[in-house]
Parts: sequence; structure tokens; C-alpha cells
Amino acid sequence: MCANPLIVVEDLAKTFTLHNAESATIPVFDRLALEVSPGECVVLAGESGVGKSTLMRSIYGNYLPTQGTVRVLHDGTYVDITRALPHQVLDVRRRTLGYVSQFLRVIPRISTLQLTMEPLLENGVDAEEAQGRAETLLSALRLPRAHWDLPPATFSGGEQQRVNIARSFIRNYPVMLLDEPTASLDAENRAIVVTLIQQALDRGAAMIGIFHDSDVRDAVATRLFGVSEFKAAA
Amino acid sequence: MTTATIERSPSQAVAEIGQAPPLLRVSNLSKWYGHVVGCRDVSFELRPGEVLGIVGESGSGKTTLLNAISGRLPPTSGVVEFDTSRFGLANIYALNEPDRRRMQREEWGFVHQNPRDGLRMRVSGGANVAEPLMNLGNRHYGQMRRATLEWLDRVELDTSRIDDKPRNFSGGMQQRIQVARNLIHGPRLVFMDEPTGGLDVSVQARLLDLLRELVRDLGLAVIIVTHDMAVARLMAHRLIVMKSGYVVETGLTDQVLDDPQHPYSQLLVSSVLQI
Repeated sequence: MCANPLIVVEDLAKTFTLHNAESATIPVFDRLALEVSPGECVVLAGESGVGKSTLMRSIYGNYLPTQGTVRVLHDGTYVDITRALPHQVLDVRRRTLGYVSQFLRVIPRISTLQLTMEPLLENGVDAEEAQGRAETLLSALRLPRAHWDLPPATFSGGEQQRVNIARSFIRNYPVMLLDEPTASLDAENRAIVVTLIQQALDRGAAMIGIFHDSDVRDAVATRLFGVSEFKAAA
Repeated sequence: MTTATIERSPSQAVAEIGQAPPLLRVSNLSKWYGHVVGCRDVSFELRPGEVLGIVGESGSGKTTLLNAISGRLPPTSGVVEFDTSRFGLANIYALNEPDRRRMQREEWGFVHQNPRDGLRMRVSGGANVAEPLMNLGNRHYGQMRRATLEWLDRVELDTSRIDDKPRNFSGGMQQRIQVARNLIHGPRLVFMDEPTGGLDVSVQARLLDLLRELVRDLGLAVIIVTHDMAVARLMAHRLIVMKSGYVVETGLTDQVLDDPQHPYSQLLVSSVLQI
């Protein structure tokens, strides 16, 4: 038998209600169930608009599901993200649940190196060790050393994306959500990210990903999950 | 609908073992100005190292709530408790006046929207920054001057102007003096009323970074009233959305901003201009 799943999604439903547009409702999915075990990378499949990002954001606690539970194994206990208090969700995010989005959202004027170290500093790693690990990772992602002391605001899309990836992979999160992490990267950088993902899987991380490029998807997916099978009736 | 508060219920699934007592606990707080409501039936808890943002349109009761929980405006009903270093968790309005003032001076900071409300205009900028240290009994002039220079530098003020009077500084510079004055004594809780309103965006970014550092490294707790959703997103761990004196929605900051549930929160978030 394999180890306990790190993510257990049960009976999940999400419907958006737009109160300022004549209370229009947009049903996305319904009765969705998903389990992800250590070493698995589940890739969400389905065409644009089917609710892949909505599912991922619901798992991260960024969206509030209409119904159902999202349990994440945190410190040996399952925490239901949909009902946990804000500080509990933040603790899960700080230590267990990593998220790589397509966008870099950070305080301006802070250097790339500092930004990359931040997740480690938040977890009490001392500054020297954090800096060493940040430098190793930024080198691996081939971000020019001349950029490290600069804030990423003026970087290209691909460079900002790599800062984002460095910030997430610097911590060995047991659970990671990847929302198109390779969207604006060239083939060589995509290959580096694939290696990072495979290394994380080898050490037993559980992952859920959205990838539009098929080469990345084929390289990392251990199985596909069709979100459209759970399409909610409009 | 407008009076229902949208809030997540605590999960039974989450182990509540080892829960530290709250730093601040606000219970059923209401403030009426005659027949006019300031804020109504507000309850929340704050822990060390937590940043709470209060957002909402002007006149929604944000500042009334901030003043009531910071001991500056006795509420009509309800209780505000703070984990004081001298008496433990205590109802701040039940403390006698000297004890409450001492607690406010030693353990809190309060950054006013208008720096003139938070500064002493007749003494120098440096003396304004150093005064909280003197209030704590510090009498070593050299030490205080060093600490003052360090804090002026941290808020990016020209340290050579330490002896200038506040009125000779610009509004944004006065605000930075006020911020330094309210952080220098190592408070455990800082209240801020629109602290970044009059600041250049570059200084605003520096201030946000400074506060984040203090929150992360020293466990500073902050309650910040702001109408700037970008500041709220970067600073606050969780948000309270107010309308007409009521808390209409509360939750994790990114959840409230990205998936607001209440009609008013949806309107507030969708009205933000993009740059």
C-alpha cells in the first residue's frame, strides 16, 4: 500500500455569485474528488475555462469553495483548508503548501536575492544559509548574477517567472501547486524547471499542476485529471 | 443580506492544541454617536506577528473602530482585552487611567493619518523619535541619539536633519518621523490609520518592507486601516471589510480580495483601478 495521500479533496463544489451583475451565478464544478499521494504529480486537464485554476485556487484557500472539503496533511494531521482559520491556513502555506503562480507579486524595491531568501527566513532559517541556498537556486535557474541585487520589477517576463519559481522551490514543500510555472520560459529553462519538479517528486512531494506545453506535461505528469468530468450543471 | 457577516467557522478537524492566548481580543464592540452608528457588534482576535487590515469606504466606521480598540474612544458597549505585560489579559477600559496610559505608551504604537496629530510640533524631529525611549526611563543621551539616527535611517530620512522641527519637513517626511517614533521603543502592537496615504510610492515600499521585517523577526502585531487594496494585499494577513459600521466580511486577505463573497466586498474589489 502506498503512503497516506497528502491532499484529499472530497465533494468539492464551486459556484461564483456575482452580486453586482444581477446576482448572476457561474457554476464551475460539483462533487469533485481527488487524492494526491507522495511522489505523484497530477496534471489538471481540460480546455480553457473548465475550472483548472479555480480548482487549484480552491485547494490553496485562495478561493472559497461553495461546498466540500480540501484536506492537506500538515504536521501529521489533516487540515481542512476550506474551514481553517486564517492563521492556520497561513501556517499550512508557510510550511507545507507551496504555490507557483504565473505572476510575481512582491513588495517593490526589494532585491531578487532577498525575495528568494524570504520563504526560508519566514521559517527561521538563518540568513547566511538562506543566502547560500538562494544563490545556488538562482544559478541553477540561470538568472544572471548581475540581476541578483536588483528588484525584479524591470525584469523580462521569463526572468520574473524564474524568480517566482526560485521562491517556491527554495523550500522543500511537501505539497506544491503549480499554475503554469513554465508559461513564459524558453525550452532550456523549461527543462531546468522539469528537473526541479522531478527532484521534488523523488523526495516524496505531492504536486498538482497546470501545464499548457505538452513536453513539460509529458515529462512530469504521473497521471492526468479531467476537471470537465465534474462540470457543474448551469 | 447586508448585515450578515461572512466568516469561516473554525474547523473541528483542526487540532486546537498549543494555541497561544490572543494578544488582543475584541468582543461585541459597538460605538454610537447619539443616534448615529460608528461601528456595530465587532468581534475578532489578534495574535503576535499578525497583521490585520481594515478596509471599507470612508464613513464606514474604520477609524471609529481603530480608536475604540486602541483605548482612545470608550465604546458604547463591548469589551477590548489586551495581553498586558503587567496584568496579563486585561480589559483595557477597566484599567485605571495611569495604568492604561502606561500600557499604551510602553506596549503600543499609534500612527495617525495626519502626522501633526501624532507629533509634537515644538520639539525637533529627533526629539520626537527619541521621546518614547525617555518615557521608558532611558536617560543615556548617546544611546538614544544613536537609536534615533538608526531609525531615521530605517525610514530613509536624512539623518543630518535630526535637529530640525517637524514643521520644516514635508508631509511625507513628517509621516516617516511619526512612524519611527511609534516603532523605536519595540511595541508589541501598532495601530495605523492610513499610514501610507501621503507617502511617495518609493517610501511606501520601503515602509512596507520595514514593517514586514518587524512582523517576521520580532512578532510585531499590526492593525492597519487603509483604503489602498494593494497595500492591504501586501501587508495584511487577513482583512475586515466594513460597511455602514458593520463588519460585512472577514477572512484571509487573498481570499477576500480574489474571491469576495459579500456584495459590498465584490464592489470594493472590482472598483480598484489597474495600473
